[in-house]
Amino acid sequence: MQFSVNSPILYIMVGIIITVVLAQSVFFLVRALKRAKELGIESKTVKKTISSAAVFTIAPAIAVLVGVVALSKSLGIPLPWLRLSVIGSITYETVAAGNALEALGQNAATTITDPSVYVTVLWVMTISIAASMILAPLVTKKIQSGMTKIGMKDKKWGEIFSNAMFLGMISAFLGYVFCDVTYIADGLIQGLTPVCVMVVSAVVMAIVGLLATKLKIRWLTDYALPISLLCGMASAILFTHIFGGYEITAAMLSEVSA
Amino acid sequence: MKKNMTYMDSVHRYGKIWGIGISILLISFPIVVSLVFSAKPEWSALAKGLFATLPMYWAVGIIEVLTYVPMLGAGGTYLSFVTGNISNLKLPCAVDAMERANVKANSEEGEVISTIAIAVSSIVTTIIIILGVILIIPLTPILESPVLDPAFAMILPALFGGLAVVFISKNVKLSILPVLLMLVLFIFIPALNASTVGIMVPVGVVFTVIVARIMYKKGML
Repeated sequence: MQFSVNSPILYIMVGIIITVVLAQSVFFLVRALKRAKELGIESKTVKKTISSAAVFTIAPAIAVLVGVVALSKSLGIPLPWLRLSVIGSITYETVAAGNALEALGQNAATTITDPSVYVTVLWVMTISIAASMILAPLVTKKIQSGMTKIGMKDKKWGEIFSNAMFLGMISAFLGYVFCDVTYIADGLIQGLTPVCVMVVSAVVMAIVGLLATKLKIRWLTDYALPISLLCGMASAILFTHIFGGYEITAAMLSEVSA
Repeated sequence: MKKNMTYMDSVHRYGKIWGIGISILLISFPIVVSLVFSAKPEWSALAKGLFATLPMYWAVGIIEVLTYVPMLGAGGTYLSFVTGNISNLKLPCAVDAMERANVKANSEEGEVISTIAIAVSSIVTTIIIILGVILIIPLTPILESPVLDPAFAMILPALFGGLAVVFISKNVKLSILPVLLMLVLFIFIPALNASTVGIMVPVGVVFTVIVARIMYKKGML
């Protein structure tokens, strides 16, 4: 068959896989909804969970879509569509595809015309991302039952343990926000952008929280996270304008050290 | 109690079946593409590409499974490790949902709420991307506009600022040490950046759990 990165047969294959993945989500959603009823979780809580999860997802999902567009220049639409809808994430896939293209001596901006180049990129991306996909079904039960035991043995410690996990995860990402602050001393102030964006998002979250409790606007709490996310993202446009491009490149660093 | 076992057991059973089934489907995709276009990969480039990508990705992948399973719950895990975009989408979504519903990750209520949030998020993401793919020609200039570019690049700081307020305000004492540690590490170690934050998450989690245990034993929490 004549090869093209946007060949209809690729669309069909990707469409089938994505349909199966969608079916899995629907399957688990239906079962969890049934179980929620049995557990006596209020239907109001369930409805709020659904609507705020849906609203929250919109902005990050559009960011994923940006990744599809960026990768589609060299890889066509079907492959990035698959890779970013299934297990992928923007940072991983862009790097994986970049590594494969570099090994092939290909430019990321030119469309692939040789099917063997395409297949090579496809294999690199598939094998690289496979570890967690294969591991998750094998170990989840063990880890999960261990967690439940902690919660049953000492209820208070179980709750603290759960909070401590999330705090640990959040503190790592907070640290990451400051990773380019080091270079301010060298005159590279771009590193301030993520810090300022984080602060805006935090302040907005605090204000929304206060408004919701003081003025008793209950629906506000359900959308506090998407609101702070969008304000943070909007402020990024402003801060990038003030501090310059958000990425500190190797070239910039070597210029500074030279 | 028996019913409780049944639901969790069935989540694990179906999670395994779906997970392994979809893994097979994904791995057969490159094979089928090779056959359809009768094209072989360029072996030396494949080896080089894998060498540059695989060690880091497999390490991060294994660490991610071990760290995120306790936070996502069983159903959430089976879905997240198929649909991906965990730290920038599924995890914050599940954490926020459990926090607002006032349920803990290690209870069955937490399991159910997390599964609902992640399933809804996966479905919405998939639909948005399908719409985007259909409308890609009119959308490309908007999505690629340099004005909007920084907004998409700054998703993580915009996300974790808000989440941090929620969690730190509820656990002020416990959060001081972990936040300080991570700030010092990320500011002073240049190798720590966007691509290595995945490795620092378990470091932060283990450290915070140890601090919490000590404070709990001393009656400080």
